[in-house]
Amino acid sequence: MSTAWRIGVDTSRCIGTSICAGTAPEHFRLVGGLSAPLADVVAPADVILDAADSCPVEAITVHDASDDRLIAPQE
Amino acid sequence: MTESAQTTESRSVPPARPYPFSVPDRLVVDPTYGELRENEPMTRVKLPYGEEAWLATRYEDVRTVLGDVRFGRAPAVQRDEPRLTPRQQYSGMLTMDPPDHTRLRRLVAKAFTARRVEALRPRTQEIADGLVDNMVRLGPPADLVEHVATPLPIQVICELLGVPYADRDRFHIWSEAIVSTTSLPMETIQEYLNNLWGYIGALVAERRREPGIDDLLGALVRARDENQDRLSETELVELAGGLLAAGHETTVTQIPNFVYVLLHNPDQLARLRTDPSLVPAAVEELLRYVPLGVGSSFARYAKEDVEVGGVLVRAGEPVLGSLSSANRDGTVFADPDRLDLEREQNPHMGFGHGVHHCVGAQLARMELQVAVATLVTRLPGLRLAVPEAELQWKRGMLVRGLLGMPVAW
Repeated sequence: MSTAWRIGVDTSRCIGTSICAGTAPEHFRLVGGLSAPLADVVAPADVILDAADSCPVEAITVHDASDDRLIAPQE
Repeated sequence: MTESAQTTESRSVPPARPYPFSVPDRLVVDPTYGELRENEPMTRVKLPYGEEAWLATRYEDVRTVLGDVRFGRAPAVQRDEPRLTPRQQYSGMLTMDPPDHTRLRRLVAKAFTARRVEALRPRTQEIADGLVDNMVRLGPPADLVEHVATPLPIQVICELLGVPYADRDRFHIWSEAIVSTTSLPMETIQEYLNNLWGYIGALVAERRREPGIDDLLGALVRARDENQDRLSETELVELAGGLLAAGHETTVTQIPNFVYVLLHNPDQLARLRTDPSLVPAAVEELLRYVPLGVGSSFARYAKEDVEVGGVLVRAGEPVLGSLSSANRDGTVFADPDRLDLEREQNPHMGFGHGVHHCVGAQLARMELQVAVATLVTRLPGLRLAVPEAELQWKRGMLVRGLLGMPVAW
């Protein structure tokens, strides 16, 4: 079980729907109309996976901070 | 007395205007929106049904109402919510906030990501080509609504969900119940909805008998059966039925709307014909430009006191955000009333904003791109086959669009 996750937002994909900021406001906000994580490395939380899996353009990725394994989006 | 209560007492609440401001006229955006953006960006409105509400008309304010977590949809079920329809919706994703909403949304969102939708493009193109071939074979004049705009999105959503296309005549009729305001009597709306839920329920039972079927309906049934907390049986049926109906009434309506607008902008249409690489940008611009809804609905309720557009919205008050008005806000879109297919910055709100941003947006985009590209390249002489005044527009529906569109080419 990983102890920390790294959140990435690909701003070239992001279309600013704000679904992530509404789903996980403690982890995402909109800056200049695009999604930005409040912190890049965070403690694991299901709501982050919810946000990543709900993004219509798969702009959000979640990796294990220790071994770089991709955790979300799920296939 | 608290500080917020003082602010509340000092705010001025203007009398409510009847809303929508006028009977929908083709695809014209009522000029009242522009006046309000300028002079009274938060105004009071009274819809045909339900309580009074605030209406936000400026782009930034609409973004706040739809995107800020201090606003939510869940309180609507406890209230007589402002609406265009006699019937109020008490279930479904549009009556939920995170985290309840997330539970349902996440289940379907995966089927509609840009990547999944891209995989459907070749098949969508094949369907579109077949429909245009058929229309060409029949010869002009032909009804674009009947021969292309209606069957294309319906066949795609049927294949994606796993609903037999052969049953389309039945569920096409029932789907109107979802977007009807006054076009159908209340009893008929309920009857059609019951038929739709019953029909989906039978398909769900079929997926349980044959659990290996690999379509969205099968995936939803498996999600329900693997973990009953994720999805109730009613939610499953309403979700699938809702997707089927939404797949019917939106893209079906927008294809003729887009063609109508392009025919009214012949220079832009000519530009699109000579350079089909403009199609994706053109679709975004048409999504911005065409006011699909006859009026704003699905008000968001303030969960605490929130200042929006210089007005203090009190906790518990409903606020509507007008997408059509936001999309014509000149502070965001230069020359907003002009169709410009090459507009570079186009953060339009044609699909809404926030957690309820259209779940089928990527699918609709792809279908609209295929439809527009196919029509403009294969039918270079596309034109109306009747005088404009003879076109029949929908009445008593949540969406604006043509009942029929006789064309020649």
